[in-house]
Amino acid sequence: MGQFGIGQPVRRKEDVRLLTGKGLYTDDVNFDGQVFGVFVRSPQAHANILSIDIEAALAAQGVVAVYTGADLVADGVGTLITDVEMEDLSGKKMFRTKRTFLATDRVRFVGEPLAIVLAETLGQAREAAELVMVDYEGLPAVGSTAFAASPDSPPIWEEHGSNVGVHWENRPVAEIDAHMAKAKTRVTVDIVNNRLVPNPMEPRCAVAKFDEESGVLTIYAPTQGGRRIQGGLAKTVLNLPPNKVRVISPDTGGGFGIRGKLYPELGVISWAARKSGRPVKWRGDRSETFVSDYHGRDQINHAEMGLDENGRVVALKVHTILNCGAYMAENGPRLPVSGGGRIIPGVYDIVNFYFSVKPVFSNTVPTDTYRGAGRPEANFLMERLMDAAAEATGLARDEVRRRNVIRPDQMPYRTQMGLLIDSGDFDGNMKMAMEGADWENFPKRRAQSEKNGKLRGIGIGNFVEAAGGRPTEEMRIRIAADGKATVFAGTHSHGQGHETVWAQLLNEFLGIPFDDVSLVQGDTATAPKNSAGTFGSRSSWMGGVGLQRSAKRIVEKGTKIAANLMQTEPEGVSFAGGVFTAGTSSVTLVEVAKAAHEPKNLPEGMEAGLDESYFLERDPEEFNFPNGCHVCEVEIDADLGHVQIVNYVAVDDCGFVLNPVIVHGQVYGGVAQGIGQALTENTVYDEDAQLVTGSFMDYGMPRAQHFSMIEALFNQVLCKTNDLGVKGAGEAGACGAPSAFVSSVMDALKPYGITHIDMPLTPDRVWRAIAEAKAATAA
Amino acid sequence: MQDFNYHAPASVADAAKLLAAHEDAKLLAGGMTLLPTLKQRLAAPSDLIDLSSVPNIKGICREGDEIVIGAMTPHADVAESALVRETIPGLAMLAGQIGDPAVRHRGTIGGSIANADPAADYPAGVLGHGATIVTNTRKIAADDFFLGLFETALEPGEIILGVRFPIPVWSHYQKLRHPASGYAVVGVLVAQTAGGVRVAVTGAGPNAFRASAMEEALTADFSAKSLDGLTIDAETLNNDMHASAAYRAHVVTVLAKRAVAAR
Amino acid sequence: MLIEVNMTINGRAVSGKVEARTLLVEFIRDIQKLTGTHVGCDTTQCGCCTVHVDGKAVKSCTMLALQARGKTVLTIEGLANADGTLHPVQEAFREHHGLQCGFCTPGMVMMGVDICRRHPNADEQTVRHELEGNICRCTGYQGIVEAIVDASAKMAGGQA
Repeated sequence: MGQFGIGQPVRRKEDVRLLTGKGLYTDDVNFDGQVFGVFVRSPQAHANILSIDIEAALAAQGVVAVYTGADLVADGVGTLITDVEMEDLSGKKMFRTKRTFLATDRVRFVGEPLAIVLAETLGQAREAAELVMVDYEGLPAVGSTAFAASPDSPPIWEEHGSNVGVHWENRPVAEIDAHMAKAKTRVTVDIVNNRLVPNPMEPRCAVAKFDEESGVLTIYAPTQGGRRIQGGLAKTVLNLPPNKVRVISPDTGGGFGIRGKLYPELGVISWAARKSGRPVKWRGDRSETFVSDYHGRDQINHAEMGLDENGRVVALKVHTILNCGAYMAENGPRLPVSGGGRIIPGVYDIVNFYFSVKPVFSNTVPTDTYRGAGRPEANFLMERLMDAAAEATGLARDEVRRRNVIRPDQMPYRTQMGLLIDSGDFDGNMKMAMEGADWENFPKRRAQSEKNGKLRGIGIGNFVEAAGGRPTEEMRIRIAADGKATVFAGTHSHGQGHETVWAQLLNEFLGIPFDDVSLVQGDTATAPKNSAGTFGSRSSWMGGVGLQRSAKRIVEKGTKIAANLMQTEPEGVSFAGGVFTAGTSSVTLVEVAKAAHEPKNLPEGMEAGLDESYFLERDPEEFNFPNGCHVCEVEIDADLGHVQIVNYVAVDDCGFVLNPVIVHGQVYGGVAQGIGQALTENTVYDEDAQLVTGSFMDYGMPRAQHFSMIEALFNQVLCKTNDLGVKGAGEAGACGAPSAFVSSVMDALKPYGITHIDMPLTPDRVWRAIAEAKAATAA
Repeated sequence: MQDFNYHAPASVADAAKLLAAHEDAKLLAGGMTLLPTLKQRLAAPSDLIDLSSVPNIKGICREGDEIVIGAMTPHADVAESALVRETIPGLAMLAGQIGDPAVRHRGTIGGSIANADPAADYPAGVLGHGATIVTNTRKIAADDFFLGLFETALEPGEIILGVRFPIPVWSHYQKLRHPASGYAVVGVLVAQTAGGVRVAVTGAGPNAFRASAMEEALTADFSAKSLDGLTIDAETLNNDMHASAAYRAHVVTVLAKRAVAAR
Repeated sequence: MLIEVNMTINGRAVSGKVEARTLLVEFIRDIQKLTGTHVGCDTTQCGCCTVHVDGKAVKSCTMLALQARGKTVLTIEGLANADGTLHPVQEAFREHHGLQCGFCTPGMVMMGVDICRRHPNADEQTVRHELEGNICRCTGYQGIVEAIVDASAKMAGGQA
C-alpha cells in the first residue's frame, strides 16, 4: 500500500482548484443569448388561484415571456414524481398527491411557484415578476405537524378527506401489548424531531438551453448526479428520449440528500428554454432556497419501551408522525420506514417491536431526504429511550445500553424489519468512545466546572444506519495510450473528494501514479449508462467496488495484451504495482496501454483501447451498516441557559477507511449538522403556515464558535458484504450527534430533575426548563 | 433591488441639499443594514446619498473630557482604537461585538444609531455613556434620541456628523448574541460617570432604554448584589421565537450583574 | 442609467459600466468575470462573498460597486503568488482539509487572511469567534479552524 494507495491520508486533488477561485459552479456558467427567469411564488400558504393576470408583466421592459402552470399543462407537462408506495395492514394504499411543476388552480405552501417571467436582465425579470397579479381565495391553512395529525385540521386534499396519508404499521399492535404488560419497568418518551432546512451553501440555480439542430436540451444545475433527473425531465417534462436531455452538475456546493431531486424549477427552466427558444438562467437566492429546497426531519414521536428485571428490553412500541409537507416529495413520506425503519431499534437486540407511521399533510414545504433521512430520527428516539430506561431502572446510561446491544457473536443479525446486519462491534464502540472521552474522570471535571459556576454534563449516543442507496451503479475506466487514466462516473462528488479517492483506488489496483488519474463526473453525456449518483452514503460501496471491478477488467485485458507483447500465454502473466510479469520478462501498464491503442500489437480479434466498465448490481435488500458511538461533554451557563460543547469524541465504524482525512471530514461535517439540529436550527411556521425562519437572520446555522474540536476515532470492522470492506460514512455524524449532545445536556440538568427538552436546545428553552423546574420545586 | 440615483457629495452642505431636494432619498453610510433592506425590496428610495466622500466626519479624537467619533467611523476602528479602549472600555468592547469582522469594517456608528434597530448594539453605547449626537443642525442628548422602534429624534434632512462621548470613570458591555443574526438578544452597558451610574439596555425592548431602578441601586452601592431582585417588567419587552419576554427580562439583570462584577 | 466605475482588482486597473444598484460582487462576478467569489445568501450572513477592499475583509454582496470606486480590491483569484504557489492560508486549508464542496471556501480563505493579519499566532477560540460571519455547511469548521490557526502561526513566524 503506497503513499497514494487506499487507506492513506492523501490530500485532495480538487483543493488547489477550489482554493484559487477556479472552481466552476452552475452560476458561473452562462449561455450566449440567455435570458433570466424569475419565479412568481405564492405568498399564501393555502389558497385557490382564481386568476393570474400576466398582462402588465408581459408589457414590462425587457420581458420575453411569462408562463403559467396552464401553459405547461397545455403542452403536456406531467406531474412531479413520488417514488414510494406504502399501505396499511389491510392493504389500503397511501393517498398520492399530485403536484404540477407550476401550481395551476391551488397553492399549498408559501413559496410554491406558479409562474415564471423571462426577461433580458435579472433586474427586469424581478421587476416584471412583481407585476404578475394573482387573485387568491384564501383557505384555512395547517402550519404545524401536531395540528396536521389531529382530526380537527382542515384536509388539504379534500378528495382524501384527511391529512393522514396512510397509517402504516409493521404488525398489529396487540402482538406487542402482551409483552409490554409483562415488563417490570416501562418508560415513555415524547419527542418533536425539529424540521430543518438543509441549506447547502450554494443556493439552488440552473441554466438551460435547447439546441434546435440536435434536439438536445442541456441544463446545468447543482445536483447529486444527473441521471435520475435526466430521466424525469425527459419523460415527464420534455417528452424527449433520455439521450436528448443532458444534465450537467459541475462543481456543486453541497448536496446533503436534498439536491438529488427533480425539482419543479428544473423542469420549468428546461421547458421554458425550449418553449421560448432562448437559453434561460435561474439564479435562485437564499430566500428561494428556504422555500423551494425540500426540508428535512419534522417528526413527532411517541414511544414506549418495557424492560425486564435485568434491564433487558422486552417490548417496544413506536408511533411516528411525519410531516411530509403539502405534497409527497420523491422519497419523503416513506423515510421513517425506508430510512429509519431499516435500522430501528438501533444497535439494540429488541425482538418485540411495534412500529406505526403516519405521514401527514400540512401547508409547508415538502420534506425529503436530508443527511441521514429517517435514521437520525430513529437513532435519536432509541437513545432517548435508553436514557429514560437508565433513569427508571437506576442502571448507568452505558450499562443499560451494554445489556441490550447486539453482540458481535450475534452477527450477522436479522433485524425486526428484515434486514441483515453483517458486522459491527457496538459494545466496543462504546468502550472506545468512553475511554477516548475520559468518561471515568468526568466527576472531577464537573467539580471544576461547578467551582466556576457552570453546570457540566456528559452524554452518550449509539447509532447504526443502513447505507447503500439504490442497488445499481456503473463505473468506467479509460486508459489512454500514454498510460494516463480517466474515470468516468455517475457518482457525484459535491464535497466528498471523489477526484482524490477514485485516483487512490486506481493507484492501488492498477499502480497508476496518483497524478495521472483524472475524473470526469457530473455530466449525463459522459456518465456510464447505468450509473445513478451520490446519495444514501453509497459511493464508497457502489462506486468504489464498481471501480475496483472495472480495474480488474483492465488487468484482465491488459494481461492478454502483455502476454502478446512478451510472447507468452496469459495464464503465466501476473500483475502487481503497475507491472505485468511473466517469468523474467515484464512490461508496464503504460507499455500495455500504448500497445492497446496500436491494433498491430493486439492479439487477434481484440478491440483496440483500454477502456472497461463494470455494472455493479446488489440485492436491493442488502445494505451496509455504518455504526458508532459518540460522547459529548458540555458546560452550561445556567443563568443564561447557554450550552457550550467542551469535548466531543466520535467513534465510527465505517468499515475500511479509504482515506482517513476525507472520512474524518465527513464525520466532522455530519456531527456539525447533527449538533446544528440539536443546538441552533429550527424551522418555524406560524399558525397561518407562514414561514417565520426564512433567512439566515432567523434560521440558526451553526457557526465555528458552537463547536469544540471533535476527536474522531475509528473502530473499523470490515464490511462482509462488499469487496472493499467499506461502509458508508457520509451520514453517520448526523445520526450520532443529536443524541449524544442532548444526553449530555440532560446529564448536566439532572440536579433540576429535567429529563427532556425538545431540540434545538436554545438558551431560551434551557433557561425556561430550569426556571420551571425551580418553580415546581419551590411550590 | 430597485435602481436609484447615486450621489456622492463632497460636503455636508451638499449632502443636506440633496436630501432636501429628493423627498425619497436616503443617506448611505456603511450600508450594512440599508443595502440588505434594499436587496429584499423592503425599501425603494429614489436616491442614495453616499456620505463616504464627505470630509471630517470619520475618525476618533479627544476633545477635553470627550471622545469624539465621526459618524462614518467603522466599528472596527472604534474597537481597535487605543484611545477608546483606554478611555471608554465599554464602547470598544461593544463595537468589537457588532456583527462580524467584515461587517465591522464597513458598518458605521452614524448609520447604526440613525437606523435605531431595536437589536443594534450602538444605541446602548450611546445611551449608556450619556453621549451627545451632533447633527448638521443641532446637538441631541442620547436620552432624547431613541424614541421607538426604528424611530429617532432626527428630523427630515438632518444628518448625523458624529457622537461626543463624555469620558466615563469606567464602563463595560455585556451581550447575549442572537443565535442566527448575531444581533443583541439583550445587550447591557453599565457606565460609572461623573453624573452617576448609567445602565442602558438594547435588544430587549422596542428601542434602547435606561434601566433607572438599576441605576439608582448601583449609584447607591456599586455591587452586583445590589441588583438582586431588580428586574425589568417583561410586559414592556420583546417576545419572539428566539427569546421570550420573560427570558429577556431575566437576562437583562444577569448581564447587568456580570457587567458590574467585571469592575 | 449606466455609470462608469474604476477600481483596481488583483493588481489590475479595471473599469466597467454599472447601474447604481450594481453590487460589488455583481461587478466582480458578472462584469469582471471573476467567478471565484460566491454569493451564498442575501442577508449579509454567510460570508461566501468576502473580498478585501483596501486591505480589509468586506462582504462584497453588501457594498455597491460605486462604493468601491478608486479602491483596491483583492479577490480569491489574486491571492496566490504569480508563480502559482499558494498563499499560506490556502496551503493550510489544503493541508488541514479545510474545504469540502468549496463553495464557502473563497470567502473563508479571504476572511482567514484577514484574521491572520489582525491576529498573529491566533488561538483556536479567537479564530472560532472571528469566523462569526462565515458559514460552512460541510466541514464542521474543524479543518478551517485548524488551518487558520496554523497559517496564523506560520505567517507570524515569517514576519519575525
